[in-house]
Amino acid sequence: MPDVTKTADAAVVATPSVDAPAPQAKPEKPRSLWGDAWRDLRRNPYFIVSSVLIFFLLLIAAFPGMFTSASPTAGDLVKHYIGKPELSKIGSEGWLGYDIQGRSVYARLIYGTRASIIVGICVTAIVTVLGGIMGMIAGYFGGWVDALLSRITDIFFGIPFLLGAMVVLQAFTERTVMVVVFALAFLGWTQMARVMRGAVITVKQADYVHAAKALGAGTTRILFRHILPNAMAPVIVVATIALGGYISAEATLSYLGLGFAAPTVSWGLDISAGVQAIRTSQHILLYPSIMLSLTVLAFIMLGEAVRNALDPKLR
Amino acid sequence: MGRYVARRLLQMIPVFFGTTLLIFLMVYSLPGDPVAGLFGDKGASPSTLAELRHKYGLDQHILKQYWDYITGIVLHFDFGTQFRNDRPVTEVLGDAFPVTIQLAALAFAFELVFGIGLGIIAGLRAGRLADNAILIFTLLIISIPVFVLGFIIKMVFAFQLGWIQPNVSNDQLLSEMIAPAIVLGGLSLAYVARLTRTSMAENLRADYMRTAVAKGLPKRRIIGVHLMRNSMIPVITFLGTDIGALMGGAVVTEGLFNVKGVGGLIYESITRREGSTLVGLVTVLVVVYLVTSLLIDLLYAVLDPRIRYA
Repeated sequence: MPDVTKTADAAVVATPSVDAPAPQAKPEKPRSLWGDAWRDLRRNPYFIVSSVLIFFLLLIAAFPGMFTSASPTAGDLVKHYIGKPELSKIGSEGWLGYDIQGRSVYARLIYGTRASIIVGICVTAIVTVLGGIMGMIAGYFGGWVDALLSRITDIFFGIPFLLGAMVVLQAFTERTVMVVVFALAFLGWTQMARVMRGAVITVKQADYVHAAKALGAGTTRILFRHILPNAMAPVIVVATIALGGYISAEATLSYLGLGFAAPTVSWGLDISAGVQAIRTSQHILLYPSIMLSLTVLAFIMLGEAVRNALDPKLR
Repeated sequence: MGRYVARRLLQMIPVFFGTTLLIFLMVYSLPGDPVAGLFGDKGASPSTLAELRHKYGLDQHILKQYWDYITGIVLHFDFGTQFRNDRPVTEVLGDAFPVTIQLAALAFAFELVFGIGLGIIAGLRAGRLADNAILIFTLLIISIPVFVLGFIIKMVFAFQLGWIQPNVSNDQLLSEMIAPAIVLGGLSLAYVARLTRTSMAENLRADYMRTAVAKGLPKRRIIGVHLMRNSMIPVITFLGTDIGALMGGAVVTEGLFNVKGVGGLIYESITRREGSTLVGLVTVLVVVYLVTSLLIDLLYAVLDPRIRYA
């Protein structure tokens, strides 16, 4: 392949699909944007730390039984409010203490991971696809299509995010994972649509798009094979950072009593329950808060690292 | 300039109607009956319920209700009536908004001063210790959810050190608002600091900076005027959209510190299905958001004379 066309072509080859989760170019194409980014990432300590954290979080979410044998829902009232970390017994049922109903705080931490991770990933996936398509259509076609879609985006953007989610959730009496995901995605897509629209407008003026048009490529082909791979970088960055934000939003809603309800194990619920004992048994509040913040931190750090790798101006 | 403002104002009209209609439909499609809710478990006779529904216009078609509501706002500044205690919504909002504006203004000042300050320090020393320390600090702040940050501040400063009262008293003194304002503005502070830092570090390498140095201008002027003015555009964009967010996003903070403002009102009206109050609140917030975003676009031209509006 001649060297002149490297960036555009290699990027197309490297990430042809819509839902490629991370910029992982093949090493034999080292001079592409994604290849450069990947080489940059591997040396970034933020990336390494956040990847390790996220790997463990995914593992915990998928196989909570591997980390604790205790049940998150079985309470022994005799043990309620017992707390004090026993570092020698790390990983045992009671090493982080027990909550109000005598349930193991540690087991609840482990089993609560799944709800947060699922909500974060599902909302991000829906929002990226939906907002991405909206933004792509608005940015590519321009004119009245853009005006219409942009006004619709503005309308949804005008309602404060948390407030909108609260109103949607209030409408459901049984708040399952899918309901919470829907409530967060309902107003969340506007951000992605705006980012995608901006990126597509910049990319569509590039020479290779004109060339593809001149060669008679169809609209779908131009959009998905030429524009999308080159407009995806900012969307991926925003999506990764937003994933942390959605996890935080889910916990906030659960804390307010509008997210998940009792039989579901969720950090937000545990924090909300821990508030009752804030002056006496702070461990009930403390550990889920740490776990939640750590999870959000991991995704935000990953997003930052990807941003630094993809944005040549910041190098 | 005049034409630009006119065009923007015209664009605002569909957004205003769209957003209010959207929230109206969302609120009124909620299951549950706010009128039946007034009577608790005991219930009331169907004729009483029907009469109350008629009084508040709830027996009409939803679009007719929206039309009546919105014409009431536009023509008579009438936001409807709060079902629960029959007070006009304007009066309820008039009680809540001053408190929230006070809190939001304090939080805004906090993020403005410390956010830009930290951003300047980090931006001028990009890559060095102070920069890295500020980056890690802001990363931590962004990762900690607001209610967790609130508990940390409460635990440390109220329970352990005893410097502040854990809750704001009914007098809502300004000195009591400091802790809630820090919690409310913390997240935005981190964003402001990071935006300022990136923008400044980028512009430090710009040609006009080299020219200013070559001209022999004093350092204060180079940084304070040349660099700052050019670096502030993304920061101002963020700060502008943040004003509305601070006012509407205080649900958690106000609940934590027992501040009787808009946030508490929003929470209460959602759980009590007080549609008229909620729609009124959102309408005010949407207007705030639309006006601030217009003002910000106009501010760009002041900061960067190259931007002109046709």
